[in-house]
Amino acid sequence: MSLFEARSVTKRFGGLTALHGVDFALERGIASIIGPNGAGKTTLFNIFTGLYAADDGSVTFRGQPLLGLRPDQITALGICRTFQNIRLFSNMTAIENVLVGMNSRIALGLWDVLSHSRSFRRTESDLAARAIGLLDRVGLQANANAVARNLPYGDRRRLELARALAAEPALLLLDEPTAGMTQGEAGTLMRLLRGLVADLGLAIILIEHNMRVVMEVSDRVTVLDHGEKIAEGSPREVQENVRVIEAYLGTRGAGPRGARRA
Amino acid sequence: MIQALLTVALVVVSALAVAKFPRSVLVFLLFQGSLVFVYRAQIPEWLRRSLLAVALLVLMPAIGYFNGYYLEIATQVGIFVALALGLNIVVGLAGLLDLGYVAFFAVGAYSWAIFGSPHANVIFGGGFPLAGWWFYVFLLVGLGTAAITGILLGLPVLRLHGDYLAIVTLGFGEVIRVLANNLDKPINFTNGPKGITPISRPPAPFGLPYGEYFYFLVLLIVVAVVIVNRRLEDSHIGRAWEAIREDELAARAMGVPLVRMKLMAFACGASFAGVMGVLFSAKQVFINPESFTFLESIGVLAMVILGGMGSIPGAVLGATVVTVLNLQVLKGFSLWLNELKNAGVTVLGYSLADLPTQFEPAKYERMVFGVILVLMMIFRPQGIFPARRRQRELAQPGG
Ligand SMILES: Nc1ncnc2c1ncn2[C@@H]1O[C@H](COP(=O)(O)OP(=O)(O)OP(=O)(O)O)[C@@H](O)[C@H]1O
Ligand SMILES: [Mg+2]
Repeated sequence: MSLFEARSVTKRFGGLTALHGVDFALERGIASIIGPNGAGKTTLFNIFTGLYAADDGSVTFRGQPLLGLRPDQITALGICRTFQNIRLFSNMTAIENVLVGMNSRIALGLWDVLSHSRSFRRTESDLAARAIGLLDRVGLQANANAVARNLPYGDRRRLELARALAAEPALLLLDEPTAGMTQGEAGTLMRLLRGLVADLGLAIILIEHNMRVVMEVSDRVTVLDHGEKIAEGSPREVQENVRVIEAYLGTRGAGPRGARRA
Repeated sequence: MIQALLTVALVVVSALAVAKFPRSVLVFLLFQGSLVFVYRAQIPEWLRRSLLAVALLVLMPAIGYFNGYYLEIATQVGIFVALALGLNIVVGLAGLLDLGYVAFFAVGAYSWAIFGSPHANVIFGGGFPLAGWWFYVFLLVGLGTAAITGILLGLPVLRLHGDYLAIVTLGFGEVIRVLANNLDKPINFTNGPKGITPISRPPAPFGLPYGEYFYFLVLLIVVAVVIVNRRLEDSHIGRAWEAIREDELAARAMGVPLVRMKLMAFACGASFAGVMGVLFSAKQVFINPESFTFLESIGVLAMVILGGMGSIPGAVLGATVVTVLNLQVLKGFSLWLNELKNAGVTVLGYSLADLPTQFEPAKYERMVFGVILVLMMIFRPQGIFPARRRQRELAQPGG
């Protein structure tokens, strides 16, 4: 039984088939999903996390079917994500953002909150300590009390990562985490991800346009084009795959990064 | 140090002044203002707390001894403070615009009004009204009934946002009022527009006069409500509400159970109104649907907005300002103008006695109120005591 397995996932928006019978499986480590704009990568994440309902197919996590579950239930099972166009709680502070991410791990009831019970006080101080630890991990400890909106772009991406980690996921879905970062920043982030995989045994699915990052960090790469999986394998295999080269170069006449929307 | 002395002096002087001039509206306003000053002054926390305690527990009842009307104002302020704090949870924290909030107040009020008056005999045969001490049980019954009503309202509106939500809650408020108006047939539950009276009052302890009794009871409930509000705000529940208000989709993806949190917000907000409704019906002895109109909902919402959405001190101050303005300032101004008229005073050769009664300030309650709100929205949209987070939101160009 795989940690995570998706079978023939199909999603239509009106007449457009955004995903067409996509299979995907992950056991451990980092798997990347690449593909030109509009290939259906983000849509796949939205289905995995319960934000969209799939029209067909199945998704299981540790053997449990996910389709039909609510996003918060899926998060509670141990899957959390970041967004392509950063979606922080922008008027809350960095640490508050991380604390919200812990929501599904808090076992307190209304009565604990109202009575300030012992377990409430203990939990609150534990949460705060853990949140600081996470901010530390992504290099934002100095900005714990900064309002999310005021953080520089790269910091906001890293804060989103800390917020997703706060849910204690076993599987992390990252939608273009290095977008807008310099090559140097991207490298630091990838080392961080590798560290997470090594220390916490985390599995990661990465959507990336930055090919250098993808080739460096991925254990496996899946290529989507027009909602279909056209290739899968080790970074090297994929790089040499004819259909992939066609998808990126042949029809569009530009390299992977040239294919990006401006 | 100087501030501390000044603050103490201000409270003492204003309290003495009220005792000396028990009729003067201005002097009572001075007393109320001194309390705000105590809240804002840079003085040690213990001093602030003791000053507020002395003012609210000793001075205010003493003032009420000289002028019962002021105690009545203070009690009404307290009732509206609790309502504003309840609505603050729904609108300010969770960001769910509710235009029918007074419905929950009505639910609480009618729950005691029916069982605490002989009216229940019409429905159930004999045995009513319930003995006065049941009132205390009904504070909880009102809380529970209102909370359940809140959940019932919440369920159908879960998917709605902004304008749509506002319209549906507005409709809900009207439905409750219309029910109160028409549920006198076929079974007479509410006695329709005629209302219900006499509603029992609980036995007051220590032979306290009812004015003082209700004042202290309201104060007690307000303190409880403030504590509950603060604890909710500073917990994972409050943070989840904030997150929903900021970005509902991201909140869901981060593990916030949307349905549960929204229903909890509606239920918590409603329960405060339910408790106050029970108290209100006992205090008034008589209630009818007219006490629960749309304008009341808007009034409470205005208190929250005026004070600063999502801010607890804001809700307290907003409720105080609006209630004092309505009950005291405009009414007092009308009285004063009437006295001038009766005394035959002329201004620039114009006899005030010729002034038509339409110009009485008390009749302009809502208008003055509207003007103040408009001015606030233009010059201080974040409210008087804005919540920290609101400040941040409004600091951002383009909202
Ligand atoms: N909510 C939606 N409603 C309608 N169409 C949608 C919706 N979401 C995505 N699509 C469409 O589905 C297709 C796949 O979109 P998706 O966002 O998954 O692409 P992507 O691979 O993430 O692309 P990019 O690299 O630009 O992020 C696109 O044609 C897009 O327009
Ligand atoms: Mg995308």
